[in-house]
Amino acid sequence: MAVDTLLERITDHANRPDPYPLYAELREAGVVRQTDGSYLVGTYYDIAALLHDPRVSSDPRNLAPPYREVVPEAGQLSFIRLDDPEHHRLRGLAMRPFGPPHSPHRVDAMRGQIASITAELAEALEGRTRIDVVEDFAYPLPVTVICRLLGVPREDEPVFREWSAAIVDVADITPGQDPGERRTAGEQALTEMGRYLVDLAEGRRGHPGDDMLSAFVNEPGGAFTREELAATAVLLLVAGHETTVNLIANGVLTLLRHPDQLDRLRREPDLLPAAVEELLRYEPPVQIRRRTPLANIDVAGVTVPKGVPLILVLASGNRDPKRFPDPERFDPARTDNQHLGFGGGVHLCYGAPLARVEAQTALGALIPHLGAATLLRDPPAYRHNAMLRGPRHLPVEL
Amino acid sequence: MPRDLDQGRIVIVGASLAGLRAAETLREEGFTGSLTVVGDEPHPPYDRPPLSKQVLLGKAAADATALPARRGLDADWRLGVAATGLDAAGKRVLLADGESLPYDRLLIATGTRARPWPDPAQAALDGVLTLRTADDAARLAERLAAGPRRVLVIGGGFTGSEIASACRERGIEVTVAERGPAPLVGALGGTLAKLAAGLQRAHGVDLRCGVTVTALRGNGRFTGADLSDGDRVDADVCVVAMGAVRNTEWLADSGLAAGRLGVACDAGCRVFDAYGIVTDDVFVAGDVARFPHPLFEYQMLALEHWGNAVAQAGVAAHNMVSPGPLRRPHLAVPVFWSSQFGVNVKSVGVPSFSDQVVIAQGSLGERRLVAVYGYRGRVTAAVTVNMAKWLEHYQGLIETAAPFPPGPGAADGHPLVTEFPVPSNVPDPRGLLHGPTVALTGHLPDRRLTLVRPGG
Repeated sequence: MAVDTLLERITDHANRPDPYPLYAELREAGVVRQTDGSYLVGTYYDIAALLHDPRVSSDPRNLAPPYREVVPEAGQLSFIRLDDPEHHRLRGLAMRPFGPPHSPHRVDAMRGQIASITAELAEALEGRTRIDVVEDFAYPLPVTVICRLLGVPREDEPVFREWSAAIVDVADITPGQDPGERRTAGEQALTEMGRYLVDLAEGRRGHPGDDMLSAFVNEPGGAFTREELAATAVLLLVAGHETTVNLIANGVLTLLRHPDQLDRLRREPDLLPAAVEELLRYEPPVQIRRRTPLANIDVAGVTVPKGVPLILVLASGNRDPKRFPDPERFDPARTDNQHLGFGGGVHLCYGAPLARVEAQTALGALIPHLGAATLLRDPPAYRHNAMLRGPRHLPVEL
Repeated sequence: MPRDLDQGRIVIVGASLAGLRAAETLREEGFTGSLTVVGDEPHPPYDRPPLSKQVLLGKAAADATALPARRGLDADWRLGVAATGLDAAGKRVLLADGESLPYDRLLIATGTRARPWPDPAQAALDGVLTLRTADDAARLAERLAAGPRRVLVIGGGFTGSEIASACRERGIEVTVAERGPAPLVGALGGTLAKLAAGLQRAHGVDLRCGVTVTALRGNGRFTGADLSDGDRVDADVCVVAMGAVRNTEWLADSGLAAGRLGVACDAGCRVFDAYGIVTDDVFVAGDVARFPHPLFEYQMLALEHWGNAVAQAGVAAHNMVSPGPLRRPHLAVPVFWSSQFGVNVKSVGVPSFSDQVVIAQGSLGERRLVAVYGYRGRVTAAVTVNMAKWLEHYQGLIETAAPFPPGPGAADGHPLVTEFPVPSNVPDPRGLLHGPTVALTGHLPDRRLTLVRPGG
């Protein structure tokens, strides 16, 4: 098959269960223009360099006209789709109640809560012989955690679940498809979810709780505009759970496929943090990120022109044999594991510390239950999304 | 590793960061022989960066910065005893307590010490301090906690500037006296050092540049100092932050290439003897080493950087237990960082190895920027102020000898080149009061000279 259809094959849902042979093909092919005009990059060092390259933009408004879509105004873009200095300003404001230097203990202080939420979910599994790891565990845990953190009522989950699905759907990569209808649905979901979250936050102006929405509206001197608050809150709520669900589900799937390593982790729980890093390398939830060059830039000997879509296949870089010895092997004790699972550079995943704690806690609680577990369907049914890859359901017999 | 290399006696002189990391690497790589670590301080290895920051702010105790041991070392620690000499032919390290330690392979990691105030009587005044060791930091932190009316800092290098920053953060009046035109000028060059001067003044530091301190005053207790411009500073505490002296005196009669500029070695950390012949059993790492670096035209570099101590110790230890063909060169790109006056400064490459500089991202006005340095048309260094996450990109440019100035197109809304390159104004280090933390010890760039004095 011709190389220029690689992107179509990667995004083809039929290849979702195992895109890794395609990634190997991509690394072999180098940086190649696809039929839709975009350039695919799949080698570790090239991706790492591009993530740190100031000539590479995250802002979709920098796409050249044939690729440019209708994009919102600056105030409506979340910081994940902005460049410095706006990105820096908004990410800094979003960081104030979440991490250092102003809130250095926020994530660590949630360990107890995360553990008790996990324990409740694990308890509900007792006595059951069949579970869906996604529905029964991997989804409810991060949703409950992000709701507590942001101050979103947990019982509103059925409402924002649909919005979240539409938003994630529009962010996916779907060459050759008419994005019109999806985009309209996504825009509408963004608007509605933004309004919902801003209303929640505004209700706490003047009498804050210990949640991040409260912190955002009670920042002395004011911080976010209404539009910025909406975009930031939507980003945190959506990215705060859609990724971790996949990390936990992919983790359970990988461990059940490697019973020797599962057994080892049961015996050596101290390996769990390293095992989570290995999962982020081996089966990362975020497989692909999009960027735009601001100048003609040289990538592995190919000139990528200014303004064209640049597609970084992070999950391919994670299995680059030039960076990771024996990269197709799942090794929870791997050292020097500087994976691309959280991206890199200034956009390095904002929620990474929280995701790590959640995944470590979740897998630590699940592993004792998985002793005699078997996968009822392998490969499982995958979500449609190629960028944000994970099982839709993961039925397991305990 | 071959049988003979995983056994025998290894002595490490120096029990700080480089010594500890080397010891750990030796064991990690399978060395099973006897390992002795000699240190002149009574303390087990500790970390120094917090001493001029968190410790002075009262946020951490000076004795709470112990370096975590990554593994059990099974080493004989000889702490509180200095090495006084080396019998290279007889392969023995001589100790201050009269003992001597035989070795098969030796690692020199004796680092540096604070340069003292040259007049011993004035230096002995109560209230005159230096800052290098944990004990120094404890003494200074105690003085700052007592609420002095004013602190005089002599020397505006990284240590001096961080001390001044800590003083201001604690609300203490502080004067910085620097012989050069601006603080940090030795590390950053005159152009970017203007930013450092502006930061200090904006934070209320009484900054005096282009002056020297001619005398410390006091009657038993330090009360103030005379400046070369005829002015006088009244203060209760004086911190002498005039750079570092390399601990090489104990090697004076060793026959090794050891002197004021450090202990010279090849790219594999093997020490040269005084005739330039490489030894095979004596290695060096950390602040005391001077080594050739291919990215900087094989200039012999001596780096007082935390990262260099770690990386070079790893290479030295690996090479001590590896046969020739498996030895590695120490090619790490120099990196250092500092936090002061509310900003994070991080550097990659060697800014003093430059003739021009350009602001590549951000702006001076926002105090958030990337300055890129070039030497004869290629990128040799970059310094970030509150923009450290971009540094990796510039490290790539340095490693690949990318053309200077770098091309246009930065993702922060500005064109990449916001200003034309301007001279970086790296001063001759002899004109500084604070010693440079990077010493270019050869003869390039060509504005520099190495002064060779008999016995120097």
